Amino acid sequence: MSSPTGPAANGTFLGMPAVPPRSPYGTGHLRGERTFPRAAHDELDNEQLRRNLGKATHSIRAKRLAVTGELPDWEQLRDAGSAIKTDTMNRLPELLEQLERKVTERGGTVHWARDGVEANEIVTRLVRDTGSDEILKVKSMATQEIGLNEHLESQGIAALETDLAELIVQLADDRPSHILVPAIHRNRDEIREIFLRHIPGVDPALDADPARLAAAARTFLREKFMTTKVAVSGANFGIAETGTLAVVESEGNGRMCLTLPQTLITVMGIEKVLPRFEDLEVFLQLLPRSSTGERMNPYTSLWTGVTPGDGPQEFHLVLLDNGRTAALADRIGRAALNCIRCSACLNVCPVYERTGGHAYGSTYPGPIGAVLTPQLAGMHGAKDDPNSSLPYASSLCGACFDACPVKIDIPSLLVELRHQHTEQSGTTAEKLAMKAAATVMKRPGLFTTAQKAAGLGRVLAGRDGTLSRLPPPLNGWSDSRDTPAPPRQSFRSWFASAEGAAAMRAAAAEGARNTDDAPQEDS
Amino acid sequence: MTATARDTVLRRVRDALTLSDGPEVTVPRAYRTGRTLPDEERLALFVDRLVDYRAQVRTCTAGTTAAVLAEVLRAHGARRTGVPPGLDPAWLAGYDGETVTDSADVPAPRLDALDGVVTASAVSCAETGTIFLDGAAADQGRRALTLVPDLHVCVVDLSSVRTGVPEAVAQLTPEHPITLISGPSATSDIELERVEGVHGPRTLVVVIRTDA
Ligand code: SF4
Repeated sequence: MSSPTGPAANGTFLGMPAVPPRSPYGTGHLRGERTFPRAAHDELDNEQLRRNLGKATHSIRAKRLAVTGELPDWEQLRDAGSAIKTDTMNRLPELLEQLERKVTERGGTVHWARDGVEANEIVTRLVRDTGSDEILKVKSMATQEIGLNEHLESQGIAALETDLAELIVQLADDRPSHILVPAIHRNRDEIREIFLRHIPGVDPALDADPARLAAAARTFLREKFMTTKVAVSGANFGIAETGTLAVVESEGNGRMCLTLPQTLITVMGIEKVLPRFEDLEVFLQLLPRSSTGERMNPYTSLWTGVTPGDGPQEFHLVLLDNGRTAALADRIGRAALNCIRCSACLNVCPVYERTGGHAYGSTYPGPIGAVLTPQLAGMHGAKDDPNSSLPYASSLCGACFDACPVKIDIPSLLVELRHQHTEQSGTTAEKLAMKAAATVMKRPGLFTTAQKAAGLGRVLAGRDGTLSRLPPPLNGWSDSRDTPAPPRQSFRSWFASAEGAAAMRAAAAEGARNTDDAPQEDS
Repeated sequence: MTATARDTVLRRVRDALTLSDGPEVTVPRAYRTGRTLPDEERLALFVDRLVDYRAQVRTCTAGTTAAVLAEVLRAHGARRTGVPPGLDPAWLAGYDGETVTDSADVPAPRLDALDGVVTASAVSCAETGTIFLDGAAADQGRRALTLVPDLHVCVVDLSSVRTGVPEAVAQLTPEHPITLISGPSATSDIELERVEGVHGPRTLVVVIRTDA
């Protein structure tokens, strides 16, 4: 590929900085086929999905609150985690080079991939070089994002997911619906059916008891673990200082894949690097407690390059861009790169709880997906790009911000993306917002008054505590009417005033009228 | 001139940072570090957390290690038990089953034929009930050894148990293969119902030596 900014390879002339490209349009899984309101509308009809999701999100939520409440320094850990990630992004070039150097010193090989297509090609080539035509997979969002399994299949290489839920999803030719519990939309009877149909040699008398279903998967996969020569994983963290990689898991399939095959290929987004080994002391507290609500997940594996006589004797690390540098170039949007994929924001989101993960059309669902997906893949890939509806898939209630272990201010990022979207497309934002909100919440009247009024304050107030302009959906209303537009004063004081309250009520009523064409089945 | 993917990605990262430099930060490390607890409290906390994660716990002294290990292995019906090459042979002096010493050239399927495995441990974290195994230590063995057999009996010296995660992480040698274990393998993937032992050992027995 030729460099548009001159011969950067020798490092002497870098020219003007160019805006890095998004993930190429039409590749991987960073864009759905339909807009969020349309997709959500169908998912809302799925009673089972909604019941399962409700149960899952509420139970994980309760566990998370219990174990985070247990730590008196939880807020200090969040502050540290947030700062470490921000610092990491500031120093990304040197940290990536250090990581590369350390991994190489320890006998690993580092590859760089500009986008998912290139990463897929690299992995395919590495697998071919081993002479193998099948691989084992450890659950990994990065490889899902780039559509690695599908690509390998098209190249005659079979990729088998080994995480129980991912296996269920793969066998059923389905898509994950939650970051943490990807098969939560399936119940035990369905899973039994899927196993009976798709696992070769499974006992036909298999019943739907979860323990026996898990045992069937164990038997099926154990043989694969013993015989397959190549595994592909993601990584939760990559430590620049030492070249150490970390995979956090529960079932032991990760340990199997990271230990038994001859060759290990790890695909890691460039944002997953951490500066120091010591930083693990923060993230090993933040991640499990936020994710599964456990004090610690059952297994975490740390490995550095190749260890003679222990584990894979060939190790490849593929560092993936695929739109991450585009996100990094966005002063506000870059915060989305701090995400450690714990899924806490999904579990507290009233919108996600009702729609599930499929409605977002991306590997990354829920509140973080609504900001990360447009950051990585853009919102204007085509007319009516489904990604342009994602920033509206939120009630801006702020629960995600409170839950996030690295303090990503998701509501503000959503508002910023709405600005970017309306500026570039000229769409009436309030219509989109209200439509999305109304579809999801089914009760637009209640939604507009309660949710908006409760949650907007924090978002509107901005960093300096003042408000210059109302964000969508309220900006259309305030721009086009001869009304007392909120003055440049503290939003909270304006909001608390009678004038503010009246303006919000009017906006809410206006919003409700705008959603007349949205589906409603209020009780 | 053709730029490699490496050059391109690194140039993009630098361009991105030129276009939008983030706020300068110093990492505030106000969270708890360097915590210590008296032996008894540390033991109680560790045991509480281990049991909560459904590990089985036994306590013993250095002098009764062999007797307790023999009892544990018998209770679980382990006739063939794998050990890493550097495990103190005195620990299994009271065991009447077959002891199989592991080495790097034993193929993984052979480990599947073991009833269980006994290892030492590098360090533990009381607050989370986590045991850290150092794959480079001769008494803990390569990673496959503690993964494939269905029963893992892990000996922990109370003196190696640290209070919290930072104190435990500080004891590690980063370049060694390290495995953190908190209870037996588990999944909640099917209707959120917890099932133990998907791929790793279904049973984890932690033998804590209170005077070691
Ligand atoms: S945005 Fe925060 S809460 Fe959501 S998945 Fe990422 S780290 Fe977790």
